[in-house]
Amino acid sequence: MSRLPPQPGERIDRSRAVTFSFDGRCVRGLEGDTIASALFASGQRVFSRSFKYHRPRGLLCCAGQCPNCLVAVDGAPGVRACTEPAREGMRVEHLNARPSLKWDALRVTDLLGGRLMPAGFYYKTFLRPRRLWPLYERVLRRAAGLGLAPASQDGRRRRADYRRRHADVLVVGGGPAGLCAALRARVLGADVVLVDEGAEPGGHLLVEGRSEQARSLAAEAHEAGVEILAPAAALGFFDGLVAVWHGDTLHQIRAAQHVAATGAIEQPLVFAGNDLPGVMLSSGARRLAALYALRPGHTAAVATATDQGLEAAVALLDVGVRIAAVADLRPAPDGRALRRLEAEGIPVLRGATVVCAEGRNAVRSATLARVDGDGRALEGSEIEVPCDLLVVSGGLSPATALLAQAGAKPAYEQAAGAFMSQGPLPAGVHAAGAVTGLHDDEAIELSGRVAGAEAAHAVGLGDAVSHARLERDATRLAELRPATPAGAVPPASAVSGKSKGKCFACLCEDVTTEEIRQSVEEGFDSIELSKRYTTVTMGPCQGRMCQLPAVRVMARETGLELAEVGTTTARPPWSAVPLGVLAGRPLQPAKRSSIHHRHRELGANVLWAGGWRRPYDYGDPRAEVMAVHEAAGVIDVSPLGKLLVRGPEAGAFLDRLYPNRLSTLGPGRIRYGILGSDAGRIMDDGTVCRLDEDAFYVTTTSSGAGAVDEWFSWWLADWCMDVQVTDVTEALSAVNLAGPRAREVLDGLTALECSNEAFGYLDARQGHVAGVPCLILRIGFVGELGYEIHFPSAFGQHMWDVLLQAGADAGIRPFGLEPQRLLRLQKLHVIVGQDTDSESNPYEAAMPWIVKLDKEDDFIGRWALEQASERELATGLVGFQTSDGVVPTEGAAVLVDGAPAGRVTSSRFSPKLGHVIGIAWVPAELARDGAGITIADNGHRLSATVTTKPFYDPDGTRLRS
Amino acid sequence: MSFVLSCPVCGAREVTDFRYGGEIVARPDAGSSPSPRELNLYNYFRRNTAGVQREWWYHRSGCRSWFVAERDTRTNEVLSTTLPSEEGVR
Repeated sequence: MSRLPPQPGERIDRSRAVTFSFDGRCVRGLEGDTIASALFASGQRVFSRSFKYHRPRGLLCCAGQCPNCLVAVDGAPGVRACTEPAREGMRVEHLNARPSLKWDALRVTDLLGGRLMPAGFYYKTFLRPRRLWPLYERVLRRAAGLGLAPASQDGRRRRADYRRRHADVLVVGGGPAGLCAALRARVLGADVVLVDEGAEPGGHLLVEGRSEQARSLAAEAHEAGVEILAPAAALGFFDGLVAVWHGDTLHQIRAAQHVAATGAIEQPLVFAGNDLPGVMLSSGARRLAALYALRPGHTAAVATATDQGLEAAVALLDVGVRIAAVADLRPAPDGRALRRLEAEGIPVLRGATVVCAEGRNAVRSATLARVDGDGRALEGSEIEVPCDLLVVSGGLSPATALLAQAGAKPAYEQAAGAFMSQGPLPAGVHAAGAVTGLHDDEAIELSGRVAGAEAAHAVGLGDAVSHARLERDATRLAELRPATPAGAVPPASAVSGKSKGKCFACLCEDVTTEEIRQSVEEGFDSIELSKRYTTVTMGPCQGRMCQLPAVRVMARETGLELAEVGTTTARPPWSAVPLGVLAGRPLQPAKRSSIHHRHRELGANVLWAGGWRRPYDYGDPRAEVMAVHEAAGVIDVSPLGKLLVRGPEAGAFLDRLYPNRLSTLGPGRIRYGILGSDAGRIMDDGTVCRLDEDAFYVTTTSSGAGAVDEWFSWWLADWCMDVQVTDVTEALSAVNLAGPRAREVLDGLTALECSNEAFGYLDARQGHVAGVPCLILRIGFVGELGYEIHFPSAFGQHMWDVLLQAGADAGIRPFGLEPQRLLRLQKLHVIVGQDTDSESNPYEAAMPWIVKLDKEDDFIGRWALEQASERELATGLVGFQTSDGVVPTEGAAVLVDGAPAGRVTSSRFSPKLGHVIGIAWVPAELARDGAGITIADNGHRLSATVTTKPFYDPDGTRLRS
Repeated sequence: MSFVLSCPVCGAREVTDFRYGGEIVARPDAGSSPSPRELNLYNYFRRNTAGVQREWWYHRSGCRSWFVAERDTRTNEVLSTTLPSEEGVR
C-alpha cells in the first residue's frame, strides 16, 4: 500500500527503509515507523486474536492504550506494535493464535461461546472432578493468554538497570499542559523532570497534525533545562516515589511536587461487533494519517459523542477517505467541523450512533440509527452503511489513575459523563490539562502554567512578580473553564433489532456486556466484585478502554447512578511493564577470598556458602580428612567474621554481650563465646581473643559477620560506652593450619616459639609468618592441633603458597568445607544455624558451662537464661551413631513411640571412625549416653545410639598436644 | 513503602539504604529481676503504634550508624532523626 503524500509533521523518513519479519513474512517499513504502522502499510489488518474467544482484532487506539496489537518481538511477548519502533531485522510474531493469525482453530470458542462460556465459566466449569484440574489447567493455559514468556534466562533480551532521581518537580504527561507546566516551573528555577509515554512529547497535538507546535514546545522545555524522558511510562505513585519505565532503565523519581498532566483517554463505543478490525478510535485513525501518512480506510462511517469525531471525519476527508455517513449522539451538534461535513454533502445523523458493525474478519458495514436515552434504536431509523472503516469516539475519560494513587478521589461528574478528580488534591500534587476536564487549547496551556508555577512556588522559588502572574493566570483559567459539557454521554450499549453478536465492554479480557449482566444477576453487583468475577478492567489496558463502559453497564443492570457504582481502586502498574524491568539485573554479588584463584588452580569444587564462593572440597574429601588427622591440612577460613573491639571499656562491653566472662581473659588468651539475645536464644558463636589491655579480637561465623557487627554497634549506640567496634572481616584473610604435623610446618616459617609450652592451646600470638605480620590463634575447630593464622588480605596467595610448600614434606593437603564439617562433627562442635535454630538456648544445646549466671553485672539474655536454668529441659542436642552404615538425611525425624519428637541436624559417615555419626535434637529423657533412638528417614527406620561426648578424641588430648 | 530518611551523619537517603531496627522498647533495669510476664512483654510484645513512634534505624549502606527516628507509621512522615545520647534511649 502506498503512503499518502507527505503530511505536515509526519514521523517517517521516506528515504530510509527498515525491514523486519512478521510471522516469517518480510515487511518493509520506513525509518520512524512503528511495527504497527509498517504492518498496516503492508496491508495487515488483523494484529491479534482475542484473549478468550480468539476473535480477530485490529488497530484501535494506535497509542499504546488498548490490547489489540500485542505481539512478541524477538521472543519477548507483550509488546505493543503501535508504539514499538520498527527496527531493522527484528523478529515479530503474533500471540495467542493457532495455527495462524489468519486462521485460528480456537475461534470455535467464539462461535459456541455465548452459551457455553457464561460469566465466570472458568470457576464454574472446571471444578469437578478435582483430579482432572492439572489437565484442565494445561489446556486452558494454552488456549487463553497473551503469549509465552521465554523459558530460560538466556532468552531474556532485556537487562534493566534502575536509577534514582531526585527533583523539585515531576510532570507526568508531555502534552501541551505538561510541557507548559514543566517550562514554567523550570523558568522559575525548579529542577524539573517530564515523562511522556509517547515516542515524543506533544500529546493530542500530534494526533491533530500539529506536530510542529508540539516539537517547538518540547524543544523550548528541553533548552530551558527540563529533563524529558520519552517514551517513558509512569507505572505508579508509591508514597511520593514515581516509578517510570524508560527503555532499559527503571527510574525511581522522587520529586517534592508532582504535576499530573496525564490527559484524557478517548473512549470506544459499545455495540454489537464493536471489536471488529476496522473499528478505530478517531484519534487512532488520525494518528495513522498524521504521523505515518497512512490512509486508515477507503470508506468510513463515523459515530461520535463529541466534536472529536467530527474533526476526525474532516481530517480523514482531507487525506482522501470517503466519509459515507456520520452519526452524532448529540441532538444538536454545531461548529466548524459539522458545517464543513455538511458542505461536502455528507449525511450527519443527529441523536444517532452506531448500533451494529458487521463483517467476518473486518468491518464490511455499519448500522447507524437514532437512539433513545438507553441506547435503543428508534423504530425505522436504522441505515446500513457499507464501509471498511468505522471511526468511533465515545468522548474523553480523564486519566485519573495516577492522581487516584496519589490520594485524589475521582468521582462521577454528571455533566461530563466521566469520572474526574474532585475536591482538593493531596499536598504536593497538582493537575493540569485534559485530566482536569479542560478541552480548550488556551485553557489547557494556561492550566499547565498555573500548575507549574504553583509547584515551583511550593518549593520556595518565585518572587512577587511570579506570584502576581500566577494570580492573573488562575483568574483567567477560572473564566475559561467550560460551563457546558463537550459532548453527549454514550449509553451503556447501543442496540437495535438488527444487533447480533457480542458487545464488548472489555477488549483485553473479552468481557461482553452480557457477561457483566450475568454477573450482576448472580449477585456480583458491586463494580469491585464484578471486576474480580468477570476480570473486566484487569487486562493490559488497566481500565483505560473499559473502566467507564463497565461502570455504565453496571449502572444499567443495577439501576444505580454511575456516581453510586463508582470506579475500581486505581492500583499500580498504570502501564504494563515487563517483569524483567522491575526485577533488574539478575545479580548476586559473590565474595571471594584473596586466595580464591589458588583454589581454582587446585581444582576445588567451589560452591556458594552465604555470600561467599568457597571450596567445598579439592576432589577427594576423604583424603583431605585423613591428611588433617595424620599429617597436616590447610583451609581458607577468610570468610570468618572479624571484629576489633577496642577502648577502655572493651572488656566490660563484651561482658555485657556474652553470657560468659571475657574481661578476665589475659592478654594473648582465647575463649569460646556464644552470642545470645535477651530471649536467651543462640544467635552466633566464635572466639574472643584479648590482644592487650584495651583490645579484643572477635571472630564470628562466616554467615553471621554482618549481623554481629550490627548487633555490637546497636548495643554500643544505646549504652554509649567508650568502645570502638571495627569490622575487619574483609581486610584480613585467615587460614587454619591443622593436623599433628602443623607445628613443624609453622615452626619453619616463624621466629615465634611454637612449642606446646610456649604456645599452648587457646593461646594467641602476634608475629611474622613467612614475613607477613600475623595474629595466630591456637584453636581446634577440626579437633587436631591447629593454628588459625590471620593476616592482611593482600598476602593471601603468598601465605597459601608458602604454607603448601613448607608442608610438602609433611604431606600437607588443602581441605575444603565438606572435610571441615565432618572433622568438627567428630568433635560434636555445633554449627550455629545448622545444629541450632532461632529457638535454641545454651542449656538445650548442651553448653550450660558457657553461661555464668554468677557474673556480677547484667548481660544480654541474663534473665531469660536464669529462667531457663530453673526450668526442666524439654529437649537436648546430642551426638548419635548408627551401625548399619546408612547416613540419615539432615532434617530426618527422631521418633518416640512412632511420633516425631526431634530431628537430625548433621550426619556423615566418618572414615576415621568407621561408622555413621551425627547430631540430633532428642527429648530430654533420651539425652544421655547409651540411649537408643529411632530415626525415620524416607520411609526407613534407623536405630541409633546417643552419645554426649565427642566421637573423636573425647578428652581433647590431640588438641592440646 | 518508600520514603526518605535523614541519617544524622550522612543526610537524606532513600529508605532502602537503611535497616529498620524496630520500635524502641524499654529494657528492664539492669539488676532488676523481671517476672516471666514482664520479660515476655519486653522480648516479644510490640505496641505497633498507628501514629508517631520512636524507632531504631541503621545506616547499613552508609556510615553504619544506629540512630533514633520519630516516624508517623500512618504516613511514613519522619519527624526527627537523632543519634542516641549519653542518657540512653531504651
